[in-house]
Amino acid sequence: MKVLAILEHNAGRLHRMSWECLAAVQQLASEAEAALVGSSIAELAREAAAKQAARVWAVEHPLLENYTADGYTAALEQLLRKTTPDLVLLPHTYQTRDFAPKLATRFGRALISDAIAAGPESGSVTFVRQFFQGKLSGDVRAAGPGPHFASLQAGAWRTDALAAGSATIERFAPQLDAAQIRQTPEAPFREAERAVDLTAAELIVSVGRGIGEKDRIPVVEDLAKALGAELAASRPICDAGWLPMERQVGSSGQTVSPKLYLAVGISGAIQHLVGMKGSKTIVAINKDANAPIFEVADYGIVGDLFEVVPALAAEIRKVKS
Amino acid sequence: MKILVAIKQVPVRDSPLRVNAAGNWIAEDDLSFEINEPDAYALEEALQLKEKHSGEVIAICAGPARAQQTIREALAKGADRAIHIETGNLAAFDTLGIAKLLAAEAGSESPDLILTGLQSDDLGYGQTGVVLAELMGLPHSTIIMQVEVKGSAIRVKRELEDGWFQHISMPLPAVLTIQSGINKLRYATLMGIKKAKTKEIRRVSAAAPAEPTVRIEKIYAPQKAKQAQIFSGDPKTAAAALVEKLKFEARVL
Ligand SMILES: Cc1cc2nc3c(=O)[nH]c(=O)nc-3n(C[C@H](O)[C@H](O)[C@H](O)COP(=O)(O)OP(=O)(O)OC[C@H]3O[C@@H](n4cnc5c(N)ncnc54)[C@H](O)[C@@H]3O)c2cc1C
Ligand SMILES: Nc1ncnc2c1ncn2[C@@H]1O[C@H](COP(=O)(O)O)[C@@H](O)[C@H]1O
Repeated sequence: MKVLAILEHNAGRLHRMSWECLAAVQQLASEAEAALVGSSIAELAREAAAKQAARVWAVEHPLLENYTADGYTAALEQLLRKTTPDLVLLPHTYQTRDFAPKLATRFGRALISDAIAAGPESGSVTFVRQFFQGKLSGDVRAAGPGPHFASLQAGAWRTDALAAGSATIERFAPQLDAAQIRQTPEAPFREAERAVDLTAAELIVSVGRGIGEKDRIPVVEDLAKALGAELAASRPICDAGWLPMERQVGSSGQTVSPKLYLAVGISGAIQHLVGMKGSKTIVAINKDANAPIFEVADYGIVGDLFEVVPALAAEIRKVKS
Repeated sequence: MKILVAIKQVPVRDSPLRVNAAGNWIAEDDLSFEINEPDAYALEEALQLKEKHSGEVIAICAGPARAQQTIREALAKGADRAIHIETGNLAAFDTLGIAKLLAAEAGSESPDLILTGLQSDDLGYGQTGVVLAELMGLPHSTIIMQVEVKGSAIRVKRELEDGWFQHISMPLPAVLTIQSGINKLRYATLMGIKKAKTKEIRRVSAAAPAEPTVRIEKIYAPQKAKQAQIFSGDPKTAAAALVEKLKFEARVL
């Protein structure tokens, strides 16, 4: 099977997940290829070519200097028509979310997004992905002739298996015209400086939608106080304005790795997990024994947080005094 | 400004999920359903844009008969009318198939703007809006946290990873996939609920599904990578056992 990895790069660096994607390609392909898109990417192509693959395509054009969905789709469509891979893999990043479904549609295919493993069957294109925000898994199979498309979840493929090598670098100059590119992007920016740096916190108590209403947040806040921990939250809590955005942990918030991360009423969707699964010890309190958060937790209590959290705060105060 | 909003009906959050007899989806018989969360934000954004620029908000939904309840709720919140693409077998369509159903109806409306949620809570493919844009030949942007209309163009704020953002401009008509939290959701008023009863829901039956290019073969409980130590018993006992472990095993206290 000929498999192509589309590698993402930002600010002159290959995205960490690009390496995971290349590792997946090495595992699945009999003929592995990688592609990079940009305007002056020779250096990055050399870096990628130091890994085992048949070739690395440097898809270069001045109009590809900044990412646009239209530009990337047009350029990659031309590359794929030329190279005809059976399968195209991409890291499941925000950029991939933006253009890969469009690219797949050009080939009459649906993208298998956010895959966590290659499927059990060999000889066909099957991937495992999560449904219902991680509460169920499913085997998803692509039918018909390639190219098929799949994007890979952060951390699902390990880079320690990535084999070194020396791939041939080939330049590919797509035909692009400025009128084709309808999006005009501006420079990325960050909102005002964060007043709270959760990345420095050693202990974090994080509250999720299980808290139910804003007025009950003090229940969890008191546990944080008992521990001497920072208070953090999942996205819906910040979306609702119950806690400020700067306390959000996850793919669109902060990435933390404290000694202790105590998740209260948080289900454990992947976008939350990527922000905290590097924590040394993870504790989950959730009334649903099947909540995905328990898959990454070291310790857990299954129960109603309004009973468990006050009891836990009391026990902590007891051992601390 | 004519704005089309794609809304999907999904099982109520925290529903107990059981795999169906065929093993390839969930058993839906005893579940309650609601609007997909980001779609509620997309609808709210459409309503706010209409309030600012005047025009019309049309909700569009592909789903079985029960989806009508969710459509009525959208009308009660302020959508002017709705299109219900009826199919008793949504699962027979892959994303491409769903997007084709939506594109066929959206095309005949010629909207200025189409909003979808960025991702469905059940399938979580995160791509229907982008596919729809491609099928309709429209520019798009995803994971949108702000929309500014500037004459015949829009400038949007797109969310990037790790708290980064980016502004992107593009001409109208366009498709945007809306991220949760972009605005503050409104509740339907009693007046709105009453009015909704008289609003038009145009029903069309879905075209027959094409052979899907991607198929769900099997659904199952996730395999656990790590075995958490679970403390049970009454809250006080469980809490005491946990504190003991945190102190002496994990040594974080
Ligand atoms: C592009 C994108 C980016 C995102 N970025 C982020 C991000 O940065 N951070 C983030 O957190 N999310 C993010 N999300 C959202 C994410 O997908 C989930 O929707 C979110 O993490 C869910 O938050 P939650 O666990 O608090 O809520 P829910 O999923 O609603 O879970 C609530 C949990 O509380 C439990 N519960 C309810 N009542 C009780 C009780 N009385 N006692 C104990 N437990 C109870 C329930 O069993 C459930 O497990 C993002 C999504 C997308 C698509
Ligand atoms: N059956 C449907 N009817 C209407 N809109 C839908 C349907 N399926 C998906 N969508 C829209 O597409 C978005 C993304 O869905 P998905 O690609 O499944 O994650 C949703 O948030 C909806 O706005």
